[in-house]
Amino acid sequence: MNRSAPTRHDEAWRYSDISAVEAAWPLAAPESIIVPAGGNFARTILQDAGSIHQLDIAIGKGATTAIHVLNIGGDYGRVELNITLHEGADFKLGAVQIGGGTQNLEIITTVTHAEPKATSSQIVRSVLAGTAIGTYLGKVAVARDAQLTDSVQSVKAMLLDRSATANAKPELEIYADDVKCAHGCAIGELDAMGLFYLQARGIAPADAKKLMLQAFVAGVFDGAADEEMLTDAALKKLGELV
Amino acid sequence: MLQITNLHANVGDKPILKGLTLSLNAGEIHAIMGPNGAGKSTLGYVLSGRPGYEVTEGSVTFNGNDLLALEPHERAAAGLFLGFQYPVEIPGVSNVQFLREALNAQRKNRGEAPLSGAEFLKVAREQAGALGMDMDMLKRPVNVGFSGGEKKRNEMVQMGIINPALAILDETDSGLDIDALRTVGDGINRIMRKPDKAVLLITHYQRLLDYVKPDFVHVLADGRITRTGGAELALELERDGYKELAA
Ligand SMILES: Nc1ncnc2c1ncn2[C@@H]1O[C@H](COP(=O)(O)OP(=O)(O)O)[C@@H](O)[C@H]1O
Ligand SMILES: [Mg+2]
Repeated sequence: MNRSAPTRHDEAWRYSDISAVEAAWPLAAPESIIVPAGGNFARTILQDAGSIHQLDIAIGKGATTAIHVLNIGGDYGRVELNITLHEGADFKLGAVQIGGGTQNLEIITTVTHAEPKATSSQIVRSVLAGTAIGTYLGKVAVARDAQLTDSVQSVKAMLLDRSATANAKPELEIYADDVKCAHGCAIGELDAMGLFYLQARGIAPADAKKLMLQAFVAGVFDGAADEEMLTDAALKKLGELV
Repeated sequence: MLQITNLHANVGDKPILKGLTLSLNAGEIHAIMGPNGAGKSTLGYVLSGRPGYEVTEGSVTFNGNDLLALEPHERAAAGLFLGFQYPVEIPGVSNVQFLREALNAQRKNRGEAPLSGAEFLKVAREQAGALGMDMDMLKRPVNVGFSGGEKKRNEMVQMGIINPALAILDETDSGLDIDALRTVGDGINRIMRKPDKAVLLITHYQRLLDYVKPDFVHVLADGRITRTGGAELALELERDGYKELAA
C-alpha cells in the first residue's frame, strides 16, 4: 500500500512522463483477468484520453488471448500488460501507437512463458511526429522448464520528424534451452523516393504520406472484433499528423 | 506545349544540366539520346519536381504556365507524366488503390468529378488488358516483386489510366524483351500519338524507335542538347556512337 510513485530509475518507467505519473498516483490496482484452461479471451484497448491502463492476464492451459491496442490520446498514455502463459497457451498482441506534438506514449509488456509449449506474438507499430516520444519495452521471460516456447516480437517505428523519438526495447530472459524466440526491431523514416513517386502521379504530399503510413500499420488489427473502429481511429489520427 | 529555355540544374551541389533548351509542340514525339551520366534522368526529375533537384537558371513553361512554380502533384494534374527509369516499390499499397487515388486526386485538382470504384475498374481493366497485364498484378502492392519488365509495363498501364497530355518516358525500353518492347511501343503510340499530346522519349537504343517513330531526335551530352535531327539521327548514333558526334 501507498508505494511511492516510480522514478526514471525504474526500468519500466525510464521513458515515462514522471510528472504525469505522479499526478495520477496512486494508481488503481491493475485489472486482473484469468482466462480459464481452454478459454478464449479478447480485448480492445483504445487509449484516446491520456490515461494509464494496467492489465494482468493469466492465460490457462491451452487458452488463447488476443489484445489489440490503439494508443493515441492525451499528453501521456500508457498501456501496460503483464501476461502469464500456462502450458500450450497462446497470446497475441497487435498494437499501434500514433503520437504528435509533445505526446508521450508507451506500451510496456511482460510476457512470461511459465510452462512449456506456449506461444506469444507481439506486433507493435509506432508513428511519431513533432517532439512526440513513443516507447515499447517488451520483456519475454521463459521459465526454466518452459520448453518448446515460441515467441515473436515485431517492433517497428516510423519517425515523421527528426525531432520525434522512438524507444524500442525487446528483451529476452530465457532459462529454458529448447525455445524459439524471434525479435525484430526497426526505426525508420518514410521512403522519400516512394513519396515522390506517389506525388508524381498526382497525390498531394499529405495524402501520399497518409497512404504510406496506412500501409505501415496495416494488418495489425486483423481479426480484432473492433477492427473497423480501430482502423478508422488510427487513420483519423494519422491524418492529423501528416 | 513545353518550352525549356537555358535550363541549369544542380543535384546536391553538382551542376548537371548546363543550359538546356528544348521545345515540344502538341502532336510531336521527341527522342532524347545520350551517354550514361549525361543528365537525361535529371531532366525528367527536374521537370517533374523531384526534391533535391534544384533549378539554378532558366525557365520551363508548360502550356504557357510556369511549370517550375508547381508542386509535383500539381504538375501531374496539369497533364505531365514521368515514366520512371526505376519504378518505385510501395509495400502495402495496392496498384488499384494507388492509381484510383492518383487519378481522382488529379481530377479533383482540375475540378472534375471523381470516378467511382466501378468506373475506375473499367478503365483499369481496359488499360491493363491492352498492355497484357493481368488484373491480379493490378491488385498487388505497387511494383513489389515485379520483374524489371513488369515494372516498365506497369508504368505504361499507369500512363494509360492517367491519360496525360505530356509523357516523359525515361528508358521505358530498358529491361524489355522483344515482345514486351513491341507491346510497350504499341501502348505509347495508342495512348500518346494524338494531335493534342506530346512525348519526350529518353532512350539509349535505337530499337524502341523502330516502333515509336520520333519526329525529332536530340543528343543530350554534358547537360546540354548538342545536336538535333530527324529519325535518321538515331540510326547515325547507333552506327557511330556518341563520341563521334560530341566531337
Ligand atoms: N541523387 C544524385 N546524387 C548525386 N549525383 C547524382 C544523383 N543523381 C544523378 N547524379 C549524377 O548526375 C549525373 C547525371 O545523371 P543522370 O541524370 O542519371 O544521367 P543519365 O540518365 O543521362 O544516365 C551523373 O553524373 C550522376 O552521377
Ligand atoms: Mg538515366
